[in-house]
Amino acid sequence: MVEFKPNHLVRVKREQMFAFTMLSLAAALTVLILLAIVFYVMAQGLSVISMEFLLEEPRKMGTEGGIFPAIVGTVYLVGLIILIAAPIGVGTSIYLNEYMPDGRFKSVLRFATELLAAIPSIIHGMFGFLFFVIALGDYTGGWSILSGALTGVVMILPIIIRASEEALRSVPSNLKEGSLALGTTRWYTIKKVVLPLALPGITTSVILAIGRVIGETAAFLLTIGGSLLMAASVFDGARTLALHLYLVAMETGNVQMAFGTGAVLIVLILIINFAAAALFKLLVKRFSA
Amino acid sequence: MKFQKERNNKNNIEEAIVKVILFIMALSSIISLGLITFFVFNEGLPFMIGYGITDFIFGTTWNPTEQVYGIFPMIVGSVIVTIFAILVGAPIGIAVAVYLVEIAPPRVTKIVKPAILLLEGIPSVVIGLFGMVVIIDVIRRLARGPLADYLPAGYQTGYSILAGVLILAIMILPTIISISADSIRAVPKEYKEASLAMGSTKWQTLFKVVVPAAKSGILAAVILGVGRAIGETMAIIMVIGNSVQLPIPGWEAVFAPVRTLTGNIALEMGYAGPEHRQALFATGIILFLFIIIINSITLLLRRRGT
Amino acid sequence: MIAPKEQDVKIAVEGLDFFYGQKQALHNITMDIRENEVFAFIGPSGCGKTTFLRVLNRMNDLIPYTSVKGSVRIDGQDIYDPNVDVVQLRKAVGTVFQKPNPFPISIFDNVAYGPKANGLKNKQQLMEIVEDSLRQAALWDEVKDRLNESALGLSGGQQQRLCIARVMAVKPEIILMDEPTSALDPVATFKVEELITELKKNYTVVIVTHNMEQAARVSDKTAFFLDGVVIEADETNNIFTNPKQKETEDYISGKFG
Repeated sequence: MVEFKPNHLVRVKREQMFAFTMLSLAAALTVLILLAIVFYVMAQGLSVISMEFLLEEPRKMGTEGGIFPAIVGTVYLVGLIILIAAPIGVGTSIYLNEYMPDGRFKSVLRFATELLAAIPSIIHGMFGFLFFVIALGDYTGGWSILSGALTGVVMILPIIIRASEEALRSVPSNLKEGSLALGTTRWYTIKKVVLPLALPGITTSVILAIGRVIGETAAFLLTIGGSLLMAASVFDGARTLALHLYLVAMETGNVQMAFGTGAVLIVLILIINFAAAALFKLLVKRFSA
Repeated sequence: MKFQKERNNKNNIEEAIVKVILFIMALSSIISLGLITFFVFNEGLPFMIGYGITDFIFGTTWNPTEQVYGIFPMIVGSVIVTIFAILVGAPIGIAVAVYLVEIAPPRVTKIVKPAILLLEGIPSVVIGLFGMVVIIDVIRRLARGPLADYLPAGYQTGYSILAGVLILAIMILPTIISISADSIRAVPKEYKEASLAMGSTKWQTLFKVVVPAAKSGILAAVILGVGRAIGETMAIIMVIGNSVQLPIPGWEAVFAPVRTLTGNIALEMGYAGPEHRQALFATGIILFLFIIIINSITLLLRRRGT
Repeated sequence: MIAPKEQDVKIAVEGLDFFYGQKQALHNITMDIRENEVFAFIGPSGCGKTTFLRVLNRMNDLIPYTSVKGSVRIDGQDIYDPNVDVVQLRKAVGTVFQKPNPFPISIFDNVAYGPKANGLKNKQQLMEIVEDSLRQAALWDEVKDRLNESALGLSGGQQQRLCIARVMAVKPEIILMDEPTSALDPVATFKVEELITELKKNYTVVIVTHNMEQAARVSDKTAFFLDGVVIEADETNNIFTNPKQKETEDYISGKFG
């Protein structure tokens, strides 16, 4: 006999209703938190943003004037970091994934990269401070864009290596074998088959690395110098937008101006996220058409 | 047909050159990554040993001007804030992950997913600033209003463990959500179908089959969240008050200003003298060890998961 | 007994053992494969026939922790000699894989891939090679008007013939085929089989198949593999009508596998 217990069924259904409601509330809460942060920062920030704010130099420790030197500093720093870290990171991942024989050494290396990707950026900052700012100060100019950039490179390398390794691993091995079986060298196969197919993943990882650098503060707090002046070269100290926000908020207490910088940062991150998604789609389309 | 290696074959020369270049790149990556570990330990370890490891770790006074370097208050600060941030953030994060993978209609996923990516991308100083203005204000009103009679004056500023916990809980959400979601997604469809076919409801299936099957992945997500929380620096400095006192035991501690290991380094490195600097690097070693332990656990969990 | 004429033997395998890590996958294989013949390997799955095929152009080098003992000579040269350039070897010994694996580029570029890798740039010459290879693979008439379209737009059978054309373009002497029709429908299979009989005029063909009718239809000689051992190798006719070993008889009469 099949027993049909309506009471039990009702209870089970109610339980499910309750559980699903809680889960959706959690999701709603997450989105709400994001919206609260974004809208609050934008609303506060937009009141100080103007052409003058974007294009002038700061006055009185950043409580007046603009943020132009911080924009320039951010651009210098991001450019320099990506210029150095992207080729080395992608090259390293190609070496690890395509050339290096499997074995204990390789798994140790993988673990080390995982670990270093998880190291708090303040540790990169203190390393950069001791190594690039102090030990190599004669060559880097001490607190400078260059010291900050080299620190940023060390910070971002494991992230680029991991992400591009993932992209390389996603290339079907039967295509690699197909190419090698035609009597082509490894490099030719990488150049013509592996890299084109891994390009969308690699490009997104590099763009997301740019986002990471723009948002980073702890690694640069101790290395880039925090100068309010326009940097004339990479050997000069500078500020990034994120560092400027921090210093203005903490040292002058003028949160309004800090929110202005925060709004600029959020817009930048939005642009980068959209660009990464759009570029990924575009590149995937191009190579699978 | 001959297959003997030819000395001047153009392809082979190119291959050899590329291999050398890539090797040098890999080597420089490895060296630069090794340098970090070396420098932090080389600068901090001799000091730690000279000062006395137990005195350093369990000393309750941090006073660099008097050459007293006890980081116990900072360890307590980091650990308390991290634990509570996980207690708040992990259940929410896991719930969102379950919702996203198993319940959410595609229309909703399309909004929630990018939102989580964006939340991950927001610079920590921006979240810190938001916390400093909005969250601190709410806590301060609470501490100076209804709770004013129960709290010492130093606990009424709003800069507190509570503020740090809330900020960190927000900041670890994206990590926990995305990694748990991956492991929930990886649960074989057959498990679910078998459970549903036996007449279980969707919720029973999720709760009794899907989530337990994704257990090790979810645990890894939570532990990575611990790593993020313990390593977070800027946002936490901006809301936590940075006092080097141990909090009063009891519920009041929620409103106590504390300092974290990361904050200690960020706040003092810039002006530290030689010995003081070594003490800060020793602080970095403790932080480093936390991260090594956390990552080893996640690695083990992931191995068991596959 | 008259020894076989030396130049007739294209591939001479002697006492070959093959290991994945500690696990031995092939045991003491000795076999001669002659020029311009189609040699089929049959046997149940996991018997080592594909592993053996991949030994012949050193594709197993790509799999970590594998090792080879014994010798494989092609035209009298030991292909596992440290002085051998695997790139040259693989040019001479082409492979057609189980699943068609055209590159996600145009039909033309797929066929021209090998010659271009060898440094050929002349458009005219490339075009000649592409046309010639596609004709040999019996695909030219079907694709001549859309050479610049993506190879992924072709049907499964066309893709597999494109992969054969891609191998032809490198001008190999030996062609290895790893169950080349297992992913194809009967009509496409028939076309590829026809092609194989055509190919043996100019090439030595080694084909792995789990389809015994196919082995009977296309091959001159057949080897039966079981658990990494060659149980029996002979004229295809003999294997199918008059097998000498009990296991071979059981297998071809469908008792296992």
